[in-house]
Amino acid sequence: MAKTRVVITGMGWVTPLGHSIDEVWSRLINGESGVDRITRFDAETYPTNFAAQVRDYDYRSYLRDPELHRHARLNSQYALGAAVQAWRESGLDRYAALNRKRVGIYFGAGEGPPAFERSVASNLAGWKGGGGTGVDPAAWIAAAREHIVMHEEVEQEANFPLLHVSQELGVRGPAYNCLTACAASTQAVGEGMEIIRRGDANVMIAGGTHTMLHPLGVTGFNRLTALSTRRDSPQSASRPFDLTRDGFVMGEGSGVVIIETLEHALSRGATVLAELIGFGSSADAFRITDIQPEGLGAQAAMREALVDAGIDPHERLPDGRPPIHYISAHGTGTQENDSIESLAVKGVFGELAPHIPVSSIKSMMGHLIAAAGAVELITCVQAIRTGWLPPTMNLQTPDPACDLDYVPNRSRQAKVDVALSNSFGFGGQNDTLVVKRFEGA
Amino acid sequence: MRRGSARHALVPRYPWLMSRAVGITGLGIATGFGIGVEALWDGLLAGRSAIGPIRQFDASAFPVNFAAEVDPAVSVRDFVPKTYRKAVKVMCRDVELAVIGAAKAVEDAKMITKAAGEGEITFAPNRVGCQIGSGLIVAEINELTTAFAKGCDESGAFDMKRWGREGMNELTPLWLLKYLPNMLACHVTIIHDCRGPSNTITCGEASGALSIGESRRVIERGDADVCFSGGAESKINMLGLLRQHYTRMIADTTPDMDPGSVVRPFGEEAIGSIPGEGAAILMVESIETAQRRGARIYAEIAGFGATQSADLSQCPPMPDASGDGLADAIEQALSDARVSADAIDAIVPLGCGQGEYDAAESAALRTTFGLNLPRIPLVTTKPNIGLCAAATSALDVAAGALCVCNQTLPARIAPRPVMDGLDAGPTRQRDARLEHVLVCGSGFGGQNTAVVLKRHKR
Repeated sequence: MAKTRVVITGMGWVTPLGHSIDEVWSRLINGESGVDRITRFDAETYPTNFAAQVRDYDYRSYLRDPELHRHARLNSQYALGAAVQAWRESGLDRYAALNRKRVGIYFGAGEGPPAFERSVASNLAGWKGGGGTGVDPAAWIAAAREHIVMHEEVEQEANFPLLHVSQELGVRGPAYNCLTACAASTQAVGEGMEIIRRGDANVMIAGGTHTMLHPLGVTGFNRLTALSTRRDSPQSASRPFDLTRDGFVMGEGSGVVIIETLEHALSRGATVLAELIGFGSSADAFRITDIQPEGLGAQAAMREALVDAGIDPHERLPDGRPPIHYISAHGTGTQENDSIESLAVKGVFGELAPHIPVSSIKSMMGHLIAAAGAVELITCVQAIRTGWLPPTMNLQTPDPACDLDYVPNRSRQAKVDVALSNSFGFGGQNDTLVVKRFEGA
Repeated sequence: MRRGSARHALVPRYPWLMSRAVGITGLGIATGFGIGVEALWDGLLAGRSAIGPIRQFDASAFPVNFAAEVDPAVSVRDFVPKTYRKAVKVMCRDVELAVIGAAKAVEDAKMITKAAGEGEITFAPNRVGCQIGSGLIVAEINELTTAFAKGCDESGAFDMKRWGREGMNELTPLWLLKYLPNMLACHVTIIHDCRGPSNTITCGEASGALSIGESRRVIERGDADVCFSGGAESKINMLGLLRQHYTRMIADTTPDMDPGSVVRPFGEEAIGSIPGEGAAILMVESIETAQRRGARIYAEIAGFGATQSADLSQCPPMPDASGDGLADAIEQALSDARVSADAIDAIVPLGCGQGEYDAAESAALRTTFGLNLPRIPLVTTKPNIGLCAAATSALDVAAGALCVCNQTLPARIAPRPVMDGLDAGPTRQRDARLEHVLVCGSGFGGQNTAVVLKRHKR
């Protein structure tokens, strides 16, 4: 029995380069950077004091009843804007016959930002109560009940974006949040597709949202020495695949797609943006801190997604092109990721690998962590729709270990029929999606 | 009766799924009763409570003073291979519980992995998946506050500039990695060398059950033969307890209360739940491979359902009082299992002992089971092992699987009176014919789950 066909009918994103599909896409094609000094809090003395922040964004403008969502933390705020955009584009907001029990949500959402100052105040009060050797529980709870605010705490749970979006859109079907670090929203879209294929929903709202641009988040990545420390040139700090790359640049935001069965989309006369044809998931099972050096986990995810899509990575199309026409790389800009990802692409596609353009939009909007995968899937769909490939910016010094076509520094026109998007999480969870131009039923 | 009628149940929706049934072949448990599935089952059978005064720190000034804690003397070092002992330094308590649970699950399923057992490994690494639910993990407070203290100026006030220059350097470089929710799955996949699909569900109390649903789907579609599944979490720390208090699911207590009788599921004078901690790591396996290798099958996972509903107009959000979201999840699960509501012989509900949660849940059960509801016994675990956050719904699936496998209902320690129309009062353990058991519940944040477990017949 053939697999149920799943198509994308709506897309939305809230990113450091803007808050609508067209606005962000034109900036990506222009090679613009969303990276700058951190203004959300005082990060001046941090080893890395810059990031790609979402700017001038008011989530309330998207909502029917902003009051209902008044306690939404930034991760939920970004998800609301992205989901409402996608929902409107899909036309489901105007589809009176929609069975809301058959509409589910699968997010790869990160936790909400912690209330840093309140936690500092409570912990230091507990510390003084403990005489400077440990936190005294009685002193801590007394201070915490004064400082710490209920809704700021409960809204940090990573399933709250689900709650806000489901309430705003009035959907009641299967609801999941996965938090597989940087792979989360790719996994969410993939597993969301599997829920539809199994027949457990007609429509899924899938994607991710995240911000770690808060003092503890930036501290954590600084301590890991995973971030670029080019304080003098933030805009050119994110340089995936460049020999001089020195770490990633943090971003934030959300990407959401509406996926549904082809049958459901056609029956309501929806515009199909692209068809989702493959999903693969794997674990490195190697080390917590390092990627498997041959990229075996990444290769397994890509291979599984290609098998699912019915694509042989070594077989050229009748017109001589490779079977995949664009890869949205995980491409973080760390030494380790970019060389191993390049190796993995070569491992999967063999001699066709140099003929497949690979680029990383993280060079422009930074790394959206849990939200990165969904945003990059949207990039793939946009490449199919517009015939433009976004560039990898800041790629000035070639690295012999990174010897593929990274679309360096300038966007390029290309006919893209099938694209692949990679996401690899800290700790070794890997996910890949394959998306295709919709060529009719 | 609105739901659960034969009309829904007897039409197979996905005939192609017939070929790949999925069951539970291993239970790796850590609860207040101790480590191992026997400790849980013995405690439930006898109707004991593992709830007592909190031992991990002095919680006497906290709004809640009791918990069902995993013995703090248990060391994760005893559950990892020698070559992995160095890595325990980067494990927070939630990861430790998951790693212990996974080790016990493998042992219980009589599997051989890279880390467990002697001889040839049972499954190729790429045929083993991992879906372990987890929660919002709290950083160890003394480590974090030592760093905050270094970020203070001479007057003792916290100074962001000093934090960036000096304070943050007090945190170990791998500090962040200790607390990422996907680290439960990552450590388990590394220790046991499982390279199949790997996921981390973070949906409050629903995390464990949703993970089991994910494992089942991964196996059904052919991407793995067996998965580490379930959930693990501890909220028995200062901020965790305060957050639990803020959810309103947890009772306010005073140290002079009797810890074992605070939680009264569906009781008319219920005052809330008591936090527990633990792990329920299940080996979820295709029936086909389980039969081929002669594994014990506790129960088949015959049906699964998941929905979303909550009342966001309240702060904190509370369950939708109608219980319709949970009833929909149960209907999905029954339909998926191709049985009617009449086939259910026992129910393991969330039954957390908080009035609004219990009322919504009993409304859902009344919607599904109608006039039959008083005849279906409820198995409630919260009075025994507390509300174990992300582990809780996986522990309930484990409890349901134990009932099905042993054809036994455990004792119940919930007092009368209970809400109208429910069979939830106290009983002693007894033999029972259990062909199908429903495990259901709602989590904080609004995810509802339902699992239909079916007795496996050889």
